[in-house]
Order: sequence, then C-alpha cells, then structure tokens
Amino acid sequence: MSIVVKIEEKLYQNRYIVDESRPHIQIRNDAVCKSCESQACTVCCPAACYTKNETGSVTLATDGCLECGTCRVVCQDKENIQWDYPRGGYGISYKFG
Amino acid sequence: MVEKFDAIVIGAGPSGNAAAYTLAKQGLNVLQLERGEYPGAKNVQGGIMYAAELEKIIPDFREDCPTERHIIEQRIWLLGDDNYIGTNYRSDAFNSDKPNRYTIIRANIDKWFSEKIREAGGLQICETTVTELIRDASGKVIGVRTDREGGEIHADVVIMADGVNALLARRTGFQQELAPQNVALAVKEILFIDPELIQQRFGLKDEEGVVIEIMGKVTKGMVGTAFLYTNKESLTIGIGCLISDFKEGSIPPYKMLEDLKNHPVIKPLIEGAEMKEYAAHMIPEGGYKAVPQLYGDGWMVVGDAAHFNNAAHREGSNLAMASGRMAAETVIELKQAGKPCNAANLAAYKKKLDDSFIMKDLKKYRNLPGIMHENKQFFGAYPDTLTAAAHSWFTVDSVDKKTKEKEIMKSFVKKRSIMGLVGDAIKLVRAVR
Repeated sequence: MSIVVKIEEKLYQNRYIVDESRPHIQIRNDAVCKSCESQACTVCCPAACYTKNETGSVTLATDGCLECGTCRVVCQDKENIQWDYPRGGYGISYKFG
Repeated sequence: MVEKFDAIVIGAGPSGNAAAYTLAKQGLNVLQLERGEYPGAKNVQGGIMYAAELEKIIPDFREDCPTERHIIEQRIWLLGDDNYIGTNYRSDAFNSDKPNRYTIIRANIDKWFSEKIREAGGLQICETTVTELIRDASGKVIGVRTDREGGEIHADVVIMADGVNALLARRTGFQQELAPQNVALAVKEILFIDPELIQQRFGLKDEEGVVIEIMGKVTKGMVGTAFLYTNKESLTIGIGCLISDFKEGSIPPYKMLEDLKNHPVIKPLIEGAEMKEYAAHMIPEGGYKAVPQLYGDGWMVVGDAAHFNNAAHREGSNLAMASGRMAAETVIELKQAGKPCNAANLAAYKKKLDDSFIMKDLKKYRNLPGIMHENKQFFGAYPDTLTAAAHSWFTVDSVDKKTKEKEIMKSFVKKRSIMGLVGDAIKLVRAVR
C-alpha cells in the first residue's frame, strides 16, 4: 500500500496565529546538521517543518509547527535546536485539541 | 510594586485547572497563566475522560460539562495487513445516570473548566508565556517572569502544570531532558461526520459511545498504539509510537496515520467524514522510573510535566487532575496551618501521591516500558502470526483441524521459538503483576 500524503492539506485545516519573522525554534549551527547522519528531525516532525536541502543541510520553517517538542527530543544528543514556545497568544491554536 | 499571590498555576490543562479550581474554591488568591489564546488552545488529548477524578473536584460536573458520548463498549483490536483480531466488551450497565467514562473534545472541556475557575474567584490570564521562574538568594522559587512587559509576579508557591515539555523545570535544572525512549509522539485527526452514520456503523443510540484501542502492523513494528473514538458528531483517529523508534525509522508520523485511515478494516468506519483538525502531541511514557523531582522550595510539578501517565491503561488526564488537586490541597493545608511552602513542608504532596492510585499504579507497571522497548516482537511478529492463525482457523477448506492446529503452532514457534514464547509470557506477566 503506497499512499501519497500531502502534509500541507492536513495543516491547512489548523488555525495558526503566526508571529511574523519571529520563529520560536531555530537551528543553532548549519554545519552540525550537515554532519548529522540521521537528520531524524526531517522524518520525525509531524508537521514536516524540517526538510533536507540541496546543500546537504536542513531547512526549518516553523509556520506549521504543532509545538509538540519532538524535534527537541530527537536532537538532544546534538543540541542543535534552540527550542522555545511562541510568544503568548501566538502559534497553533487548537479548535478541538 | 510587584503583585503577589498565594499561588501561581502555570498552564490551563487538566492538572492546572484542577489545581487552580481547588485553590480558588478554598478562597486562596490564585493566578493561572496560559500561553494559548484561550484555555485549551495548546492542549491535545485522544480523548477519553474518566469521571471519578473530576467528580472529586466538581461533584455535579455532569450538569453542564460538555462531554461527548459515554462509553458503553470497549474494543481492543490487533491489526494485520488487511485483517484484525479483536475483543469487545459492551454492557448496558454503562448506560447509568453517572457514567464512568466519556469521549471528549479537549478544548470544550478546558473552556468549561476555566469558567468554573473564574466563578470560584481565580484570576486567569491567557496569551501569556512564562519565560522564567524567579528565585531568591537561597534558591527558593518566589514567582515567575512572563513575556509581557513588567511581567514579574510573585507568589508563595508556583505550581508548574506546563505539560510534557516542562520547559520551566528543565531550564531551572529541576528536571532532566526527556529521553527519546520515555516519550511517545502521537498524531491525530478529528473527522466530522453525520451522527446517524456513527450510530449505524458502531451500533449505538443517543449518546452512547464506542472506543477502539488498536495495536498491530500499522505501527510498522514500532512500540506504539492507535485509537478510534466516537464523539457526538465526529470521530477521533490517532496513532503514536515511541520517539526513539520514530528516530530510528524512516516513516513520518503523518504517513503512519494515513496508512491507518486507509487500512481495509478502518476505512469503512470513517468513510465520508471530513477532517477538521490535525494535531500532534508528546505523551510521557517512561512510567515510575521517569518521574522527576516533584517539589522543592516554593514549587511543585503536576500532570504531564511530572510524567504522570499510565501508558498500560491509557490513563493520563485523571492522573493529571488528581495530582493538581493534591498539590492544591497541600498548599491549602499549609496555609491553614500558617506554615511556609518550603521543600520540607511540600513533601506532604509527595506523600499524598505515594498513598494514591497515581504512584501505586505507576509502581506496579514500573518495568513495562523497558520490556516493550526491548521486545519489539509484541508489535511485529505477534500481530502477523496471530492474524494468520485466525485466518487459517476460520477458513473452511477441507483441511482437518488437527493439521491446522499443528500448522498454527509451527508458525508461532518459527517466529519466536518455544523459549521465546515462554520468555515473552513470563516477561509480560512480571511486568503487569
């Protein structure tokens, strides 16, 4: 069974209050991602915020972030993710939860 | 001048709400801070709510609490590639005046609970993220700093109900970072559908509900489970696995959820429903051994932040509410006795937890997380052999039953060996005894 999943369609249903140009999560050092063998964040993130880019490093876009904290946990051995909650009132706003 | 409260509660989830309500009800001056735009905006739950703990806090909650369906039937399914083996338990006795379990929509319950807190006199401020705990020269927690301007607030005690990520306790050094094998990631969707279809497909009337807990091939051999719950006008479907397994695997969580939705035995149940929200959340699964330090000078931790989750029985929000209530009761007792909220006095909170079902249950299952993690056959080999055995047993094809029995036994031994099977049984029994 092979099913193509469009994560954008899933995230499109969610309500977000985006904090323009103030991402709450940041990659500390690009070089560390380049040398990371697993790049587990690109598989584990449930919102696909992390993607492998053409330079062999990882690009992060936090707009669809569900604030679960998984990326922080998978990257703790490298400590290359600066993880924070968004400012009060911003970010995902679950209607049902 | 800095404003001072008897207590500050951080977070408006089940544990924070239970704490804030209990404190406010006793007339304490309590401030609850929530980072979401409204209570529940950041909360995610499966979700099933057990009545007993909420009933202790708000005895007449059934009068206006926005629950979905009371559960009259529990199904446990083991999924193979295109089949399942299941057990069902259904009883009309669950149709009582005071049902024991309900399906819920988390945000609805949180809004309702918050209103109760305000009615009881608690002050609640949303859209405010606590950035730091403030400590005095001796290290005692005396308040919090928030992301609002001049956002420093003091209190005799700070109750951290900030959920599984528990950033504050981690940053302050009160807690270690979560280990990937001690936490699961679950993703879920809410699917809206005609209530008549729910009733037809699940054999229900009025506000009766069915829940299905699912194990098997859908987690691709990873330690995890899935679920399908019936709400009033919607279905909730989700799947979760240990983060250590997601980290080693190559399948993203949303793909796993999509495979579950398309499984031949699940698809007909959700057909025609419209997806309205996609959520993700971490679940503390480390059990007893992962419970951190729970109190100190001027602080306590409750709920998911304290790792209070019974993964074996899929209980979480009731442990959260119970711990929130116990933390609040500890503060109330100290206040009434005129004693300070220092570490020595707050030890009474730990004593309450130890004497309750929370620590007793977690202790009972203390070895289960380790055993599941080290024995993946429970999630890979067993679903396959069991469903294949059932298929053979229920296929009438002129093969004699004795031969079928032999073949089934052979398939088990081939997958696991006799010693493996016996060993697994012993391990499981030890872990849950």
